[in-house]
Amino acid sequence: MMRFMLLFSRQGKLRLQKWFTSMSEREKKKIIRDMTTMVLARQPRSCNFMQWKDLKIVYKRYASLYFCLGVESQENELLALEIIHRYVELLDKYFGNVCELDIIFNFEKAYFILDEFLMGGEIQETSKQIVNRSIEASDMLQEDDISEWYEVELFG
Amino acid sequence: MLIVCWSPVMVEVWNGPGDKKTVEGPSRMPAPIRLRELIRTIRTARTQAEEREMIQKECAAIRSSFREEDNTYRCRNVAKLLYMHMLGYPAHFGQLECLKLIASQKFTDKRIGYLGAMLLLDERQDVHLLMTNCIKNDLNHSTQYVQGLALCTLGCMGSSEMCRDLAGEVEKLLKTSNSYLRKKAALCAVHVIRKVPELMEMFLPATKNLLSEKNHGVLHTSVVLLTEMCERSPDMLAHFRKLVPQLVRILKNLIMSGYSPEHDVSGISDPFLQVRILRLLRILGKGDDDSSEAMNDILAQVATNTETSKNVGNAILYETVLTIMDIKSESGLRVLAINILGRFLLNNDKNIRYVALTSLLKTVQTDHNAVQRHRSTIVDCLKDLDVSIKRRAMELSFALVNGNNIRGMMKELLYFLDSCDPEFKADCASGVFLAAEKYAPSKRWHIDTIMRVLTTAGSYVRDDSVPNLIQLITNSVEMHAYTVQRLYKALLDDISQQPLVQVASWCIGEYGDLLVSGQCEEEEPIQVTEDEVLDVLEGLLVSNLSTPVTRGYALTAIMKLSTRFTSVNRIKKVVSIYGSSIDVELQQRAVEYNALFKKYDHMRPALLERMPIMEKTASNGPTEIVQTNGEAEPSVVEAKHPPPVTQPTNQANDLLDLLGGNDVVPVIQTTVPTKPASAGGELLDLLGDLSLSGGPAPAPATSVPSSQPAFLLDGLTSPPLFNDIAAAGIPPMTAYNKNGLKIDFTFERANPNPNIAVITIHASNSTEADMTDFVFQAAVPKTFQLQLLSPSSNVVPTLNQGTVTQVIRVLNPQKQQLRMRIKLTYTHKGSAVQDLAEVNNFPPQSWQ
Repeated sequence: MMRFMLLFSRQGKLRLQKWFTSMSEREKKKIIRDMTTMVLARQPRSCNFMQWKDLKIVYKRYASLYFCLGVESQENELLALEIIHRYVELLDKYFGNVCELDIIFNFEKAYFILDEFLMGGEIQETSKQIVNRSIEASDMLQEDDISEWYEVELFG
Repeated sequence: MLIVCWSPVMVEVWNGPGDKKTVEGPSRMPAPIRLRELIRTIRTARTQAEEREMIQKECAAIRSSFREEDNTYRCRNVAKLLYMHMLGYPAHFGQLECLKLIASQKFTDKRIGYLGAMLLLDERQDVHLLMTNCIKNDLNHSTQYVQGLALCTLGCMGSSEMCRDLAGEVEKLLKTSNSYLRKKAALCAVHVIRKVPELMEMFLPATKNLLSEKNHGVLHTSVVLLTEMCERSPDMLAHFRKLVPQLVRILKNLIMSGYSPEHDVSGISDPFLQVRILRLLRILGKGDDDSSEAMNDILAQVATNTETSKNVGNAILYETVLTIMDIKSESGLRVLAINILGRFLLNNDKNIRYVALTSLLKTVQTDHNAVQRHRSTIVDCLKDLDVSIKRRAMELSFALVNGNNIRGMMKELLYFLDSCDPEFKADCASGVFLAAEKYAPSKRWHIDTIMRVLTTAGSYVRDDSVPNLIQLITNSVEMHAYTVQRLYKALLDDISQQPLVQVASWCIGEYGDLLVSGQCEEEEPIQVTEDEVLDVLEGLLVSNLSTPVTRGYALTAIMKLSTRFTSVNRIKKVVSIYGSSIDVELQQRAVEYNALFKKYDHMRPALLERMPIMEKTASNGPTEIVQTNGEAEPSVVEAKHPPPVTQPTNQANDLLDLLGGNDVVPVIQTTVPTKPASAGGELLDLLGDLSLSGGPAPAPATSVPSSQPAFLLDGLTSPPLFNDIAAAGIPPMTAYNKNGLKIDFTFERANPNPNIAVITIHASNSTEADMTDFVFQAAVPKTFQLQLLSPSSNVVPTLNQGTVTQVIRVLNPQKQQLRMRIKLTYTHKGSAVQDLAEVNNFPPQSWQ
């Protein structure tokens, strides 16, 4: 299974953290520190895999964002790269030419999309279209909420 | 109407009762700012301090808002809190608010509430249990997206208690026809099983039809669920083996089916599902002939038909290779798999090369020959720029070294050692030593290899390599001259690498005579004088680069040269200087060596002579030899108690056993160890008249046998430096106390010969039965002479009612520390008892 997914910028600022096992705040902070340090220290054309404790770390850079996945040792690293890529495609479809700013200002949506794609450290849905449709439908449900309260904009 | 405007409450009161619409008066708090506006504002902060100030202000506002139990803006506030939490600020005061959001009827609230729960709540806090009821309700909600939220949250962070409470609901949803919910329920079930393995059974019925689904999402999560169950329970594994044909069919359809836009990735249909099925097949086929056979064809098909131009195809190939290697596949398939890995090694893509090396490392033990075929490619990977690849290549290279390729491989590995990053050097050096030890084609090659490692990576070798190397060098007798010459030359170049310096010093100390005599067969002998050698060693002593341990080595080496070189005076001077060194270790050595020059000069040659060949105790452990002083202290080990002697053995053998007859006895001036054949003879002479049955007194041996060497040769410990001869009155001691038998020793000095110690043994018995046929035997190291007079009786009476006494006379001309081994035999309660013991605790006055 996957243990965690982190998104961070080239300056090491965290943009998303998804944990698939229970961990204390201290442990999470340590992992974030270790991952950002290790990944940002890598040479530009290195391979995308590293060994860290008993986990394999798979990372890939898309524009200004690093996507970092920590997986257990029996996982397929090459497939993990495909998982990262699939997530980026989903974000791209949703936001239209997604960039880091989209994820900064709409982080909750990034989480919602992730939660339709992965769950409990495993892939939940392998079809891009189905994930997109689920998100759209959920967004519509939110609209229904808002229509009752037209005078109050919740997110803006 | 007076309007007092300092609190909303006051405003309402003064307005009187009526509609509860809150008036947005001047004291009313403004609506909390929107999430995106907050994000925008915080990003304008130019310093960390500025950001912190903004955050604190907003947190305070949010806190007040929470206190007011505001439903309208709770969602917005929690969202902002989650943002600030991501920046690293504490947000625990929002935990309960998340629970309130979850309980709300609005989907927006629930969405943020569940997200907040997943980010802020943790199973370590009891408060998370409050979610359980909400989740239960939401699992039965009319809207599938609400149900989905609940399943997702439970499946990501549900604690064991929650899982126990809600497993039934999950199981229900696993059987629904709604594929959106079914796939989520499957993964939720996986989480439940991980948290509470005992609940696995209850999901078994629901798995019946999972694989007949058409929906890929359900199919994928079902395969994950089945995999989890099979990994955890051998029974489940056996039960699910029958699914192999179905899985093979599904996989076949995926490969053969045409383009499916919904699941296509670079021309491959649903690679995620393919990989998961391959993994499940691996688990099912492992160790099972039938299942393995059923999947042979499809594996071959996948291996040959998968498009490899993109990463996704290689991901599938990789998984296929792993499956082929793990199940009982036919040999043709295995060769195919290894060849795929070989092709991977040549791929331009680093990731693929890395993955190939990792897989080959896993299979090198089982398919060694097949992997050997790719050896040259693997060795080329040592030169790769990527650190991860280099490491894997190094590990794999060491695994491939064997007797046939050792020379070539070592050349590559030594070259790698030269140029690799420091993080690799220690492991690489260790690997080289191990490989060299196992497969060295010749001694000279072995020593050359070691030299190379010491000179190029000398500071990175592990601590235990120094004694191992010294032992190796000692045992390569014909290479001594060559080795010391090379080490000497290395020292001239560089004295910074401590392991190299230590080994070199030791060798120069040992073989310095060979060095100056200019006898070397292997290469051109160098001309070097004694003074030059001493210059180098003294240089080590004064250099800042030398550690205290190294200095110790150097000093001892200089000392040893006193018996090999002629310039003894110079050595004496050096040694005496260090008698006042502030380094305690160095000082002690210098003082002892000084004493060796002064008082014990007659013993110096023997003490400092060549080391004998050392026996290896364990292949990786340090040897027993102490190198800190030049004394030969071979196998004076603890007495290895031989098994109880049931049949009467040769008396000589018994006594040999007493002394640990393996003692290697180096004879003066030669390097060849002699067998202690003479030892037995001498002992026989000394103690041959010993009566074992407690009969008449044996004739005392008075003369020293002429074959006995004059100098101490074995069992040497540091000679006493300061002779504090106590005044009369040597304290008695307990030599033995076991199983109720106690033996005390009392001492007196014999007159007229002060070199003879007279020991009286007193044996007493504290058990309730007599010890009959009691026989006491003793043996001492060779420089002593022992005389055993007859015992007072051979029955040690019960309950300390009396003692058996016997007199031992020990001649100790060299005033060595007295040591004795004793053997006791007696009959107690009908059975024969025998014991051996070493007596080491003699008071100094008894032998000084």
